[in-house]
Amino acid sequence: MDGVHDMGGMDGFGKVVAEPNEPVFHAPWEGRVLAMQRAMGYAGAWNTDMSRFAQERLPPAVYLGVSYYKRWALAMEANVVGRGLASADEIATGHALRPGKTLKRKLSPELAAVGAPRGSFARATNRPARFKLGDRVRARNIHPQTHTRLPRYVRGHVGEVVLIHGCHVFPDAVALALDNEDPQWLYAVRFAGRELWGPDADPSVKVSVDAFEPYLDPA
Amino acid sequence: MAHDHDEHGSELSEMQLRVRALETVLTEKGYIDPAALDAVVEAYETKIGPHNGARVVAKAWIDPDFKHRLLADGTAAVRSLGHDNRVGDHLNVVENTPRRHNMVVCTLCSCYPWEILGLPPVWYKSAPYRSRAVKDPRGVLADFGVTLPADTEILVWDSTAETRYLVLPMRPSGTEGMSEDELAKLVSRDCMIGTGLPKAPGAH
Repeated sequence: MDGVHDMGGMDGFGKVVAEPNEPVFHAPWEGRVLAMQRAMGYAGAWNTDMSRFAQERLPPAVYLGVSYYKRWALAMEANVVGRGLASADEIATGHALRPGKTLKRKLSPELAAVGAPRGSFARATNRPARFKLGDRVRARNIHPQTHTRLPRYVRGHVGEVVLIHGCHVFPDAVALALDNEDPQWLYAVRFAGRELWGPDADPSVKVSVDAFEPYLDPA
Repeated sequence: MAHDHDEHGSELSEMQLRVRALETVLTEKGYIDPAALDAVVEAYETKIGPHNGARVVAKAWIDPDFKHRLLADGTAAVRSLGHDNRVGDHLNVVENTPRRHNMVVCTLCSCYPWEILGLPPVWYKSAPYRSRAVKDPRGVLADFGVTLPADTEILVWDSTAETRYLVLPMRPSGTEGMSEDELAKLVSRDCMIGTGLPKAPGAH
């Protein structure tokens, strides 16, 4: 969806300001949010693209106005309720009022102690890759109402395939249903800065995105 | 601004209560184990951080074979370092040279190589960085006090999939004969994102 999350190239947000000696978490609840997200993902309650899509559907002013971990917490509540894992009245009272659903598995303290590393998103395929290194490709001009990982600023523009990452779970599909992985070939596609930002742009800049095959046409 | 400060303070207490309520519900439902949450928090506060990436960079600086493997397959090369360097899949390492500087961003959310750099700093997740890194990377570098020659090619990598990028910075001059541990101390988090350069030897 064409939301405010798709920020590449927007103006007016100001300078990048780094915080000296920044702590890992600015409040204990931030760590709980991160850990809950890890644990629920491991349990198979939802996947990472469902988390992203839930954030993208927050009202734009909310998305821009709250902190990173508050955005996560709001998206997590939306997924908990939206996927029937708990009801709004339970979250409001702070206690389970009905039994839970059965999830795939439960994150143990032992696995959590090594940070619960991400799984693999690569999938085997018999389908050959449509593009090879060096191919010129045009990012499609698509505007789905649902989740996609093709940023607006490259749509319609021509770039070059510089890496072939393999065949990966397709975010646009799996954001809508856990078992709908629809694996697709994934490429790094590099665009000249002037192709994206016009003739006045810095000629020394090139920008790449990781683009799934359905995002691309031959150019 | 006092007003902002007050709002921030009330958001904190509101969020503490709200997050505690969610954790209690999910625990009572049987979905999560609070002890596992404690362990995740502790891992990111004490074990997983930019020091992991700094060791990888320092090793690449002194071991040409490792560097070759790291650039060819970042995941496999980091994994070969063993137990202390767990890494998720799909790590791509991109090398800075005198002609080419790499910089990493995620414009759509905040994808970042957690397993090797820890959790991202607030600026990496902020709208200013996510919006400008792909359009005005030299301006962003200036915000960090970094100026590169005008003819240095700037390659920005927007992490739009589950691939993750780590910048292999150039080894600073004057570091000949330094040990891997000494070199690792020169490798800042920002230079592995591409918004900084390694420290000069003797600098603090």
